[in-house]
Amino acid sequence: MATDTVKSAAPEAASRTNLVRDSLRRRHFNERLFRALGLLAICVALGFVTLLFADVFRKGIPAFTQTNLHVAVTFDPEVIDVGPAPTSDQFTSEAEYNAASLKWQRDLALLNWNTIVEQALRAAAPAGTEIDARALLSIPETNARHVLREMYVKDPSLLGQTVEVDLLGSANTDNWVKGNIDRTLGDAQQQLSAEARALIDTFEADGTISTGFAWAIFTNVDSRSAPASAGLLGAFVGTLWMMLIVVVLAVPIGVAAAIYLEEFAPKSRITDLIEVNINNLAAVPSIVFGLLGAAVFINWFHLPISAPLVGGLVLTLMTLPTIIIATRGALMGVSPALRQAALGMGASKTQMVFHHVLPVTFPSILTATILGIAHALGETAPLLLIGMKAFVASVPATPLDQATALPVQIYLWQGNENRNFFEPRTAAAIMVLLAVMIFLNGAAIYLRSRLEKRA
Amino acid sequence: MNTLILAAALLILLGVAYQSGWSKGRSLVAANGVTVHSRPQYHGAYVALWAMIPALVVLALWGLFGGGIRHDYIVSLIPVDILTALDQSGLNLTIGRIEALASGYGVVGEVQPWEQAAGDALRSFQFLTFAAVLILALVSGAGALFYARSRITARQRSRNAVERVVGVVLLICSAVAILTTVGIVASLVTEALRFFSFINPLDFFFGTVWAPNNAGTGGHYGQYGLLPLLAGTLMITAIAMLVAVPVGLMSAIYLNQYADRRVRGVAKPLIEILAGIPTIVFGFFALVTIGPFLRDAGAAIGLDIKATSALTAGVVMGIMIIPFVSSLSDDILNQVPKTLRDGAYGLGATQSETIRNVLLPAALPGIVGAFLLAVSRAIGETMIVVLAAGNSPVLRGNPFEPVSTITVSIVNQLTGDTDFTGPQSLVGFALGLTLFVITLCLNIFALFIVRRFREQYE
Amino acid sequence: MDVLAGKVKVTQKTLDQTMNPAELMDHPIRLTARDVTVHYGAKQALHGISIDIPDRAVTAFIGPSGCGKSTFLRCINRMNDTIEGAKVGGRIELDGQDIYDPKLDVVELRARIGMVFQKPNPFPKSIYDNVAYGPRIHGLARNKADLDEIVVSSLRKAGLFEEVKDRLSEPGTGLSGGQQQRLCIARAIAVGPEVILMDEPCSALDPIATAIIEELIDELRENYTIVIVTHSMQQAARVSQKTAFFHLGNLIEQGDTEDIFTNPVNKQTQDYIMGRIG
Repeated sequence: MATDTVKSAAPEAASRTNLVRDSLRRRHFNERLFRALGLLAICVALGFVTLLFADVFRKGIPAFTQTNLHVAVTFDPEVIDVGPAPTSDQFTSEAEYNAASLKWQRDLALLNWNTIVEQALRAAAPAGTEIDARALLSIPETNARHVLREMYVKDPSLLGQTVEVDLLGSANTDNWVKGNIDRTLGDAQQQLSAEARALIDTFEADGTISTGFAWAIFTNVDSRSAPASAGLLGAFVGTLWMMLIVVVLAVPIGVAAAIYLEEFAPKSRITDLIEVNINNLAAVPSIVFGLLGAAVFINWFHLPISAPLVGGLVLTLMTLPTIIIATRGALMGVSPALRQAALGMGASKTQMVFHHVLPVTFPSILTATILGIAHALGETAPLLLIGMKAFVASVPATPLDQATALPVQIYLWQGNENRNFFEPRTAAAIMVLLAVMIFLNGAAIYLRSRLEKRA
Repeated sequence: MNTLILAAALLILLGVAYQSGWSKGRSLVAANGVTVHSRPQYHGAYVALWAMIPALVVLALWGLFGGGIRHDYIVSLIPVDILTALDQSGLNLTIGRIEALASGYGVVGEVQPWEQAAGDALRSFQFLTFAAVLILALVSGAGALFYARSRITARQRSRNAVERVVGVVLLICSAVAILTTVGIVASLVTEALRFFSFINPLDFFFGTVWAPNNAGTGGHYGQYGLLPLLAGTLMITAIAMLVAVPVGLMSAIYLNQYADRRVRGVAKPLIEILAGIPTIVFGFFALVTIGPFLRDAGAAIGLDIKATSALTAGVVMGIMIIPFVSSLSDDILNQVPKTLRDGAYGLGATQSETIRNVLLPAALPGIVGAFLLAVSRAIGETMIVVLAAGNSPVLRGNPFEPVSTITVSIVNQLTGDTDFTGPQSLVGFALGLTLFVITLCLNIFALFIVRRFREQYE
Repeated sequence: MDVLAGKVKVTQKTLDQTMNPAELMDHPIRLTARDVTVHYGAKQALHGISIDIPDRAVTAFIGPSGCGKSTFLRCINRMNDTIEGAKVGGRIELDGQDIYDPKLDVVELRARIGMVFQKPNPFPKSIYDNVAYGPRIHGLARNKADLDEIVVSSLRKAGLFEEVKDRLSEPGTGLSGGQQQRLCIARAIAVGPEVILMDEPCSALDPIATAIIEELIDELRENYTIVIVTHSMQQAARVSQKTAFFHLGNLIEQGDTEDIFTNPVNKQTQDYIMGRIG
C-alpha cells in the first residue's frame, strides 16, 4: 500500500497542480472583484463625505456676502419732532431721569422712521425715478428704521445732519442681486415689483448697492421680520451656555463615576448592573433624553422652558455615559505595575488614583471630553422637546433666559418660507457649526498627540 | 453681584479653613516629628470640608425659601386696599414695578408715593437679608472650622476622613448614571400611563390610523394608532441598513485587510468625519440635495419618487451610519485571531477566500451585534426623518412615498406645548416608551452578543 | 561531554526508523535556498540562509527563540507576504523553480507547500468542512463523492478518522488540542501538497498528544517532504533526518540529524545542544 502511493505520487501531484491551475483564473477574477468592491465601498463612503461638504460649501459660501445699501441719510428735524434727549442734570433723582429717558425713547419709537429711510433712498435714486413708497421700502431690509433710530438714540446730535450710512438690502433684494431668483420669471412670481427691480439694477450700477461680508451672521440675533439681518449670535451664546454647563457638570461627574466604578467599586452584581446600565444609556436615542428633560426638569421641577440651563442638563446626562466609558477605558489601560509601585510606596488607594493613575490617563480623558462636547454641540432633537425651538430674538444673558442653539437655529432657518434667501443662509450656519466641530475635533487630536508626547 | 460676593466669601472661608488646618498640621509635625498620622494638606482639607458644610447648608436653605419670603414681604408692602383690587397678573406687574424701583431702574408712568416707599423698603430688606445670610453662613462655617481645627492632633486620621468623603462623592457621581435611567423610565412610564388613561393601549399599539386631533376641537381626541409610525420607522431603518451595511462592511474589510498603513491612516479618519457631523446637517443635505436628486433620477427612469420620502430619509440615514458600521466591524475583524487567517493562507486560499470563508464566519456574531447596534441607532434617529421623511403617517408599503416615524411624531406632538394635559402631547411619552423599549432590547441583545464574541477569542 | 552523551543515548532509543546517511543521500533535493535574507522594516531578521531540503524526509530547524527559524520557514511558502513591511531577498527554488518569481502564483505555490501552525487553528466550521475547505477552493473534487473520499483519506492519514468519524458535522473547535492539531494536518494533507511546513506543531500540546503527532510526522515522511521548526532538541532528534541550527538570524550548521547531535562542528551548535544557549 505504502509503496503504491510512493510510485503514483508524482503524476498525482502533477494532475492536482493542473487542477489548481485550472481554477486560478476564476479565483483571481473573484479576488480582484472582491478587492474592487472594497475599494468601491471606500470611494462611496468618501464620496459621500466630499459630496456633503461640497454641497454645503457651494450653497453656503455665497451667503457669507450680503447686499448693502450705501446711502446718505438726513435726520430730518421735521420728522424727528420729539424734542431733545433729557440729560441727567435736569432731574433731581436718577429714577426721574430714567423715567424721562424711557419716555423720550418711547416717543422716538412712535415716529415713522420709514419716512427718513424713504427720503434717503429717493435722494439716492436718479432724478425722475417714479416709484411708490412700498416698492421703494422693499429694497432695504425692514430693520433699517430701527438701525437709524438706534443711531439717533445713541447720538441725538445727529438731528438735522446728513450722514453716510450702510444699510442691509432686504432678503429679496439680496436674492435679486445674487441671481438666487430666476430673473426671467414674470412679475406675478417676483417678490419685488418691476420698479423696485429696475431701481436695484440702477443702484448696483452706480455703486449705491454693493456686496460685502455678511457680518450680520455673526453679530446679530435671529429675526423674522428682517430676515436679511438674521444672525447666529443668540444661538451661539445659547450653545455656549449649554456647553459651559456640560463641561462644568459632565466632566467632573463622569470622571468621578468612572474612577469609582473602575478603582473603588467592589465587583458585585450591583456594579455589573451599573456597567450594563451605562453601556445601554450610551445607546439610548437622544430624543429620549429630550423626553426626560421635558417631563422631569420642566414639568416636575418647573425649570424655565427654552432655557440653556435645561438644555445643558439634558445634554449633560446624554454626554455622561460617553465620558464614563472613555475614562474607564483609559483607566483600564494603565499598567498594573504603576498601581503596584504606588501602593508599594505606601500610598493610599485614593492617593494612588489621584497622584499616579489619573495623570497618566489625562490625555485620553481630555480627548474623550472634547469629542463628547462636540457631539453634544451638534445635538438637536432633545432640545426641540424642551422648548428651545421657540423664536428668540435676544442674546441670553444668563442660562435661565430663553435661548436657542446653533443646530436648532439651523433647523428653524431651513423651515423659513423665503427659501431662496434662507437655504444659503442655513448652509452658511451649517458651515459655522461644522467649523466649530472641526475645530473641537482638531483640538482633541492635537492635544492628545502633544500630551502623549510629553508623558 | 451678590452671587459674586457670596462666591468670593465662600472661597475665602475655604482658603482660611484649609490654611488653618494646614498650619496646625504643620505645627504638629514640628512638635512630634514623623509620627503624625496625616500630612498637613489632609488636615487642611479636613478643616475646609468641615467649614464648608454648614455654610453651604445655610445658603441652600436660603436658596430654597428665600424667594418665597421675599415675595411675601413685597406683598406685605402693598397697601391693603390696592392689593385686594389686584388680580394675579396685576399683582405680578405691581411686584415687577416695585422690584424695578428697588433696583434703581426707572419705571414707565407715574410713580405712586407708596410704590416709591415700597421700593425703598425692599431695597433695604434685600440688603439686610443678604448681609444676614452671608454673616450666618460665615459664622457657622467659622464655628465648624474651629471645631474641626481643635480635633486635629497627631493621631487624628484626617487623611482617612477626607478620603472617605472623596469616596462618597465618587459614589454619588456614579449614581447619577443610575438616576438617569430611573428618571427616564419613571418619566416615560408615568406620562405614558396618563396617556393610556385617555386612550386604550390596544388602540395605541394595534391601531392602524394615526390622526391626533391636535386642535382639540369637536370634543374627541383623535386616533393614535402606532402601526403606521412603526412601519415607517422600520422601512426607513431597512433602507438605511441596505445602504450602510454593504458600504460599511466592505470599507471595514478593505481597510482592515487590503489597505496599506498609509491609505488606512488617511481613509479611516476621513470616513469617521461622517460620524462627527451633526444629524441636522444630514437632514438638510437630505432635504435640499438628495431628495430632489432622487426625485429627478426617479423621473428619468419613470419612477414617481417624492422628494421627501422613506427612500430619501433611509439613504441619508444609511450614509450617516456607514462610519458606525465600519468602525465597529473593523474592531470586530481585529479581534479575529491572526492564526485563522494564516491557516487559510497556508492552504493556498486567496485573500478574498480567506475573508469570505474564514474571517467573516468567525467574526459573524460580532458583526451581527454591530449591525443590531446600528439598527437601534437608526430607529432612534430623529432630525433626518423630521426633515426628509415627509411626515405622512399613513400605513403603506411604497418607499417612494412620504412616511412618518415614531421619532417624528414625538417631535410633532411635543414641541412648543409643555402643559402635558391631553393625549395630544402625552402620546409623545407613550411613543418614547415604545422607542426606549425597542432600542433597549436591541442594545442589550447586541452588547451581549458582542461581549460573548470578545470572550470567545480572549 | 557526559551530559551530551546521555542525551544522545536517550534520543537514539526513541528513533525507531533512523535512516543511515547513505540512505538520505538517495533522496533528491526538493527545495534549495540560496542566500535568503528577510527584513522587517529596517530590522534584518535573516542573514543569507542557504540550505538544501531533501525529498520525502523530515528536516528540522532548531535554535533558540527569535533565531529566525520560523521566519525562514514562512519564506518557503511565502507566508511572509502577508506581513506588512516584510522584504525577502535571495532565492528559494522548488524543483528548480524560483518561488519568488513574480510570474509564479502564490496561491498555486501554497497548494503545493502546505503549512501547519504553532497553535492549532481549525476554522470555525465543522470537522468535515475544515478538511474539505482546501479541496473546495482549489477545485480538487469533481463531485461530492470525490470530496468525501478526500476528507476521509486525509483524516485517516492524519490518524484522526477513527476518533471523529461519528461527528464529522460537529465544529472543529470542539476537539481537544491534539485532535485539533491533527485536524489541521489533515486539512493541509487534503490539498495534496508535496511539501508540508510545520511551525512548532507541538508547542501548545501535552506530551501524549505530542507523541501522537510525532508518530504521525514519521509516517507522513514516506509521502511528503516535511520541514519542521521546533525548539525541542529531543523532538528534532526523534523525528528528523536532517537538522539545521539557526542562531540570531544565521544558519550556523546543517547536516544529518545524527551528526549534528553527536558531533557538532560548530561551537555555538555544541553550546545550544548542551543547553548553554537558551
